[in-house]
Amino acid sequence: MENPDNKTEVVLLACGSFNPITNMHLRLFELAKDYLHETGKYNVIKGIISPVGDAYKKKSLISASHRVTMAKLATESSDWVQVDDWESSQNEWLETLKVLRYHHQKLASSTPANSLQNAVPLIKPGRKRKQEANRYIPAKKYQLSPETKGVPQLKLLCGADILESFGIPNLWKLEDITEIVANHGLVCITRAGNNAQKFIYESDTLWQHKNNIHLVEEWITNDISSTKIRRALRRGQSIRYLVPDAVRAYIEKHNLYSPESEDRNTGVILAPLQKHARGCKQEQTL
Amino acid sequence: MSLTMKSRIPLVLLACGSFNPITNMHMRLFELARDHLHQTGRYQVIEGIISPVSDNYGKKGLVSARHRIAMAHLALETSDWIRVDPWESEQEKWTETVKVLRHHYNESLRSLHFRKEHMRNSWPTERATEDFLSSLDPVSPELKLLCGADILKTFSTPNLWKEEHIKEIVEKFGLVCISRAGSDPVQYISESELLTQFQHNIHLVTEWIQNEISATHIRHALCKGLSVKYLIPDSVISYIKDYNIYTEESEREK
Repeated sequence: MENPDNKTEVVLLACGSFNPITNMHLRLFELAKDYLHETGKYNVIKGIISPVGDAYKKKSLISASHRVTMAKLATESSDWVQVDDWESSQNEWLETLKVLRYHHQKLASSTPANSLQNAVPLIKPGRKRKQEANRYIPAKKYQLSPETKGVPQLKLLCGADILESFGIPNLWKLEDITEIVANHGLVCITRAGNNAQKFIYESDTLWQHKNNIHLVEEWITNDISSTKIRRALRRGQSIRYLVPDAVRAYIEKHNLYSPESEDRNTGVILAPLQKHARGCKQEQTL
Repeated sequence: MSLTMKSRIPLVLLACGSFNPITNMHMRLFELARDHLHQTGRYQVIEGIISPVSDNYGKKGLVSARHRIAMAHLALETSDWIRVDPWESEQEKWTETVKVLRHHYNESLRSLHFRKEHMRNSWPTERATEDFLSSLDPVSPELKLLCGADILKTFSTPNLWKEEHIKEIVEKFGLVCISRAGSDPVQYISESELLTQFQHNIHLVTEWIQNEISATHIRHALCKGLSVKYLIPDSVISYIKDYNIYTEESEREK
C-alpha cells in the first residue's frame, strides 16, 4: 500500500503479564499513538498485546488462557489494538527480543512488496528476484536494514518501570537490550520524564540509541496497576471503571483472583533470572 | 435481606459538580465511597445521585446541561445504583449545595411516605395493628455529600461558603470525602472548629489506586484531537463526536 505522506509506519508491541489487563495498559497504546502522530513522522497502524506465558513463573500469575481472553474482551472496542497469543502458547518462557523478532518477521513477510526483499540480505531496492514462496529466514541470518521501506517499524511499548528494569541484574541480557533499542525502538510512557531521562543518560547503551527511545509523558496520574486490582478483588472491593466492564464481569464469573491465586509461584524463581543466572556471566554494564 | 443488612442505616450519596464531561473517575468515587461505608458495617448504600450544575453557574467552557445530563446518563447505563438527576440543572438560578441536599432529602422522604402508605394499604385491616405496621416502616435514608477531600479546604476560603450552610451540611447530612494516598485531609478538619465538632459525620476515604482524570484535561485533549479512550466511557466519546462538542471551534464560540 502506498504511503503518500512518507510517514514511517509503526506497530506497537506491549509485552507483560496483563494479570489482569487494566485501563492503564490500554491507555499506554492511546498515549503512544497520539505522541507518535504528533511528531508528524509516524503513522501507527497497529497495536499488539502479547501476554507472557505461564512459564514466566511470576508470583500470582494466573493461567494464560484467562489472561488472553480478558485482553481480547478488553480490546473488542478498539479498532487498532489486538491480542496475540503466540508468546503465551510457547512451552518455555521467551525473551522479549524473541517476541519482537517473531512479530517483526511476521510483519515483514506479510508486507507485500517486501516479502521477498527481506528474505535475502540487504539488496538494492528495485532489483527483481525470482519468487521464493514460504522461504523462512531465521532472524540471526540477516541484518535488519533501517532503510527497508514498506515494513512497518515494530516498537516495544512499555511503562518506565520496564525501562528501569533493564538495570536489574540477570533480568535482561545486555545484547538483547542493545538489539531492542538499535533495531526496533522503545516507546516508554512515563509519569515525570525525569527519572527515565536520567536512566537513559546513565546508560551508555541506551544513550547511544536515545533517538530510538521515545519518552511519552502521561498527562493524568494513572496508577491502575494489576497488583492493586488483584488486591481490591481479594478484599471484595469494586474495580469498576478501572478495567473494562467486560473484564470485570469475566473475573467475577470465573472467580479468578483470590488469596490462593495470589500465592501461585511463591518461592519459584522467575524464569529469566533462572535462565540468565545459569549463564554465570560477569555483571555487564548497561 | 439478612438481619445484619436490615439493621444498617440506608444511605444515599449525592455528588454535585460540573460533570463537564463525566469521567471514569467521577464514577469511581461512588464505588470507593460505597465500599468504604459498607465496610464500616453501619450503612447500606442504596443509591447514588449525580447532580450536574445548571448552565448559569457561569463557568468557562461549560457545555449545555442538556449534553452533560445526556452524557452522564450514557455513562451510568451499566450502573445499577447510580443515576443522574436533572433537578439542579433545571433551576433558573445557581443553587447552593445545601439546597440541592435539602431537595433530594425531601424527595426521598416523599417517596418514603408513599411507600409507607402503599405498604399499609396492602395489609388487610384485621392483621394491621399499629405496632406491626410501624415495624414494617422503611427507615428514612441518610443523605451524604460525596466529594473530594479538597472541598474541606475550600470551607475555609472566605466568602465561598455560608457558615450556616457548612454547619447544616456536616450536621444534618454529612460528608464522604475521597482523598488520594499521601494527602492529609484530617488536617483540614482539625483546623476548623466546626468541622471538628462534626467530624463523626465526615467520612474520609483514601483512594490508593490513583486515577486522576480531570475533566479539564479531558476537554483539553478533545480539543486537540487526542484520545480519551479508557478515561471516559465509549458511549460518552461517541456522544461527544456526534454532537460536535468540546471541539476547538465550539470552545472558541463560548
